[in-house]
Amino acid sequence: MKHEFKHLQAAHCENGVTTNLLRTIGVDKITEPLAFGIGSGLFFVYVPFLKINKGPAIAFRTMPGLIFKRTCNALDIPVVRKKFSSKESAEKYLQECLQSGQPVGCQVGVYYLSYFPKEYRFHFNAHNIIVYGKEGDKYLISDPVMEDVTSLSSYELERVRFAKGALAPRGQIYYPKENKIITDLQIRKAIETGIKRNVNHMIRIPGGIAGVKGIAYTGKKIKKWKDRLGQQTAGLYLAQLVRMQEEIGTGGGGFRYIYAAFLQQAHGFYANDTLLEVSKTFTQAGDMWRNAAVQAAGIYKGRIGSQADFDVMGDYLIEIAEVEKNAFQTLSKIKWNS
Amino acid sequence: MKKEDIPQDDGALNKLTKEVVYAVDNSGNYTTELSSGWAVKTTALDLAWEDIEQRIENARQKVINKEASPILFFIELRLMDIGIVSAYTGFWKWSIKQHLKPAVFKKLSEKKLNKYAEAFNISVEELKTMTVHEA
Repeated sequence: MKHEFKHLQAAHCENGVTTNLLRTIGVDKITEPLAFGIGSGLFFVYVPFLKINKGPAIAFRTMPGLIFKRTCNALDIPVVRKKFSSKESAEKYLQECLQSGQPVGCQVGVYYLSYFPKEYRFHFNAHNIIVYGKEGDKYLISDPVMEDVTSLSSYELERVRFAKGALAPRGQIYYPKENKIITDLQIRKAIETGIKRNVNHMIRIPGGIAGVKGIAYTGKKIKKWKDRLGQQTAGLYLAQLVRMQEEIGTGGGGFRYIYAAFLQQAHGFYANDTLLEVSKTFTQAGDMWRNAAVQAAGIYKGRIGSQADFDVMGDYLIEIAEVEKNAFQTLSKIKWNS
Repeated sequence: MKKEDIPQDDGALNKLTKEVVYAVDNSGNYTTELSSGWAVKTTALDLAWEDIEQRIENARQKVINKEASPILFFIELRLMDIGIVSAYTGFWKWSIKQHLKPAVFKKLSEKKLNKYAEAFNISVEELKTMTVHEA
């Protein structure tokens, strides 16, 4: 079973799976930034009472699974999504899909993902790949973060589809159900919905730990890390922040560059110059995040590390919060009916 | 970030693939470029691994000193926590905490030891003797 499938590399796995799967049903105008923006992918949250790998729980993007769901919803594309209680029925269903010529998205854990380098294999269960065929015992895999396609044995695939722990995939499979013709007007409408929802998530979300308020909150917390945690743990916390912000999938600058690219491409569907202006602001925000990362690295490498250095680090985030708040306020004022 | 400022440092991911980064070109348009890595985040990942190695070593010492059963060592080695072990084995968290005591561990049935061995991707013999093989 091998089907014609064109692998396109993306920065982020879910954006990549979304754009590549949409291509299989003839929707080829949805680029990675468009999928990310329509899916309102930009976010920030710091959950202080939760720990991930003994470090702070920080996210720069929305919950896994939502980008695909929202993008398909916004474009009125029906979606099939299935979870399985048994490994046998999960594989049977997968084979049926492939036999009928349907490449599918699979949620997988990366700990046992054999082709990943050891250094990246944590118990993270929300990675996304496309299975597009089978040859002998090998499933043909398109992992969007990779330059080329790869493969997994049926045992290896089963193991990652049934990884356990937080966000356990439970064999989850998803794909767009039918071929659809998507008009530019629909894309425009989807962009509008995506931006409005992202405005809500970033500047109107209640509580103090999410959205732009969450960024400023984290900045204030960082200033206390040296005293509260000690130099070594504070360094580990900063390293974790930087990994969440810059590691594979973010496109750099905590997804801010992808969002800036989205606004630029959105302008192609809705010629309002505010979009271009705010795109520049997000490029600036991304640069500020990266400057903050350089400061953090100075601390966790032990080159600097005084309270004043932690204060500078915290102030970066407080400043970024202000920049992103203004950016989303400007976006919230766009008149979409003209 | 400008396209020409995209770092091309070395990183662990580079063994597998280069990654896509978004940046602006000379005319201010967004484009993608492949990057081999960025020293800032390579160091962050290295630091996380140094911490993990330290935790594994501490666990090994505790097992040798008979303060903990080998289960603790494999929890750290496999980057797990009690919650993840519970999800893989089906044991309650509180009973896993009991099994971390050397005296309780000694009395575990073969069936239970097998569950742990499976979760850690090792043999029962390796579990008992704290032997490591590459996963």
